[in-house]
Amino acid sequence: MSNEPIEQQTVLQRILDDINLIMCLCLVVPTVFYTLWGVMEVATIPLGK
Amino acid sequence: MAITTAQSPFRIDPLSGLRIDLQAQALVKINAVLAVVFLLVGGAAGLLVALTRWPAVHLLPADMFYMALTVHGIVALMVWIIFFEIAVIYFVSTALLSCRIATPGWAWTQVWLMVIGAAMTFVAILQGNSSVMMTSYPPLEAAPHFYLGLILFAVGALIGCFVFWGTLVIAKEEKTYEGSLPLIVYGAMVAVCIAVFTIASGAIILIPTFLWSVGLIKSIDPMMYRVIWWAFGHSSQQINVVTHISIWYCIAGLIFGAKPMSEKVSRTAFLLYILFLQFGSVHHLLSDPGLSSVWKVFNTSYMMYMAVLASLIHGLTVPGSIEVAQRRNGYNNGLFEWLRKAPWGNPVFSGMFLSLVGFGFVGGITGVVMSVEQVNMIIHNTIYVPAHFHGTVAGGTTLAFMALTYFLIPVLFQREVIMPGLAKWQPWLFGIGINVFAIVVMGAGTLGVPRRHYDITFAGQALAHEWPGLIYMMMTVGEIGAVLAVVGGALFCYIVVGSILWGKKVPADAKCIVAPPADAGGHKEIGAGGFEAPGTFILAMVLFVTLVLYYFVNFKYLATLWTLA
Repeated sequence: MSNEPIEQQTVLQRILDDINLIMCLCLVVPTVFYTLWGVMEVATIPLGK
Repeated sequence: MAITTAQSPFRIDPLSGLRIDLQAQALVKINAVLAVVFLLVGGAAGLLVALTRWPAVHLLPADMFYMALTVHGIVALMVWIIFFEIAVIYFVSTALLSCRIATPGWAWTQVWLMVIGAAMTFVAILQGNSSVMMTSYPPLEAAPHFYLGLILFAVGALIGCFVFWGTLVIAKEEKTYEGSLPLIVYGAMVAVCIAVFTIASGAIILIPTFLWSVGLIKSIDPMMYRVIWWAFGHSSQQINVVTHISIWYCIAGLIFGAKPMSEKVSRTAFLLYILFLQFGSVHHLLSDPGLSSVWKVFNTSYMMYMAVLASLIHGLTVPGSIEVAQRRNGYNNGLFEWLRKAPWGNPVFSGMFLSLVGFGFVGGITGVVMSVEQVNMIIHNTIYVPAHFHGTVAGGTTLAFMALTYFLIPVLFQREVIMPGLAKWQPWLFGIGINVFAIVVMGAGTLGVPRRHYDITFAGQALAHEWPGLIYMMMTVGEIGAVLAVVGGALFCYIVVGSILWGKKVPADAKCIVAPPADAGGHKEIGAGGFEAPGTFILAMVLFVTLVLYYFVNFKYLATLWTLA
């Protein structure tokens, strides 16, 4: 068993280094707050009579 | 020198010391060359637009003007930029990670799909029935192959993104780097993430629009189209922002041996881009009636400011890292000796620094201010908008790409740059021209000059409008700036193509042109007043004060236009 100290990574560093998580965040966040919310706003405009 | 491994042949480049995969090199070259060819096409169309917008010249008839504007928008904003971005992501993922490229066969498919797609759209526009401009808002309808070309182009770009991602996986598996990805590759990775969102959004809206154009779908809702299209149209420009910032970091390292002031801060700023940058799309929709102010303000005035914070961080850390490196190399006197003694005659540096200043002061500040819902009412659908994005995409991104190209010519093409005297001036000519255009035409837009229209006076129409002489003067000065920029762009194309075709071959024993790390044995006591980079701090404060002043000037102007009792 090695006696070398194990370097602790901060949570932020682990998030920054996880490229698949970064990709997921990049797809999900704007999809929810920009696209889906925006589409719902347009879709819920009452139809003219 | 070529080294052959079991999997892929590499060469060690004498100028940069980089270990370059020869298959990746061929792919970077072809994407970069195609990018420059399309820049020439887009620039030529831009010249026609500028000469028509120039009131005293008014060159083209209306139908040709809209055709030229559509070519200019699509080729200069998308085709040139994305071909070059693919070259950049292939270059950084292979050369900087010392890795072979993943699935080179698929990478060549990317090249062909993008070429065929761009050609189809280009032909559709030249046939005369697809002058729908870049946004192609329904109910304006283009020929089916206009949309199909864009879809093929986007699929090609998506394949390029997957090739990049695969290369990152290979580099990690084969342990060609240790620890975190290098910051420049990290920036490219962030650009690719945004590109995937962008292309997915494009597919969601362009595929049904194509089906509408062939009669399989009855109608496209214009408002729905605008919401989704801008997730594609504006996000594609956010790819540019992230890519050119990565290039700034890259060039700071190459020319000065500069290291980021704080890797973690820079990476966190990139994470802010991932989370918040794409909300900027809303600023195209701030005057749309069907969308609530809650959605608009949440996206722009709250979320997007976090991305602005990230840009301010990069705007501080890139010149800051250069200042620290210069001071360590001995230029430690006063506030700005590091900047005065910078290699202003080297187009790699001058192009990069002009891109940084132009993007910050011209494109960046105006983008932030126009994203305020109230201020946006002053400039919405005016010529301010194209002037603003010329400040970002041409003054920021294109100039940064030009700067990197001057490095890639000797390193990848192994040719010396021809006409070094002219190459020295080229970034200045392009940079000054495009910024004159952007600043002066933004002034005309603030005073109400509409965008897109062939004739701003609407002569002979029911809504004919006579502008004051100041407007014609501003449009003239602005378009002279545009013509200067086109001359600078044409010079760039000539130098690049000329260097590749008949530039002198770089000798095998050429001296390395990459600066060693500036902190190795350099001056330790640097800076002043407790700051390592006091000059950059002053410049950042000037930028911040300019932003605040410009913000309040616009609100003051809005108050004079829209008086409240």
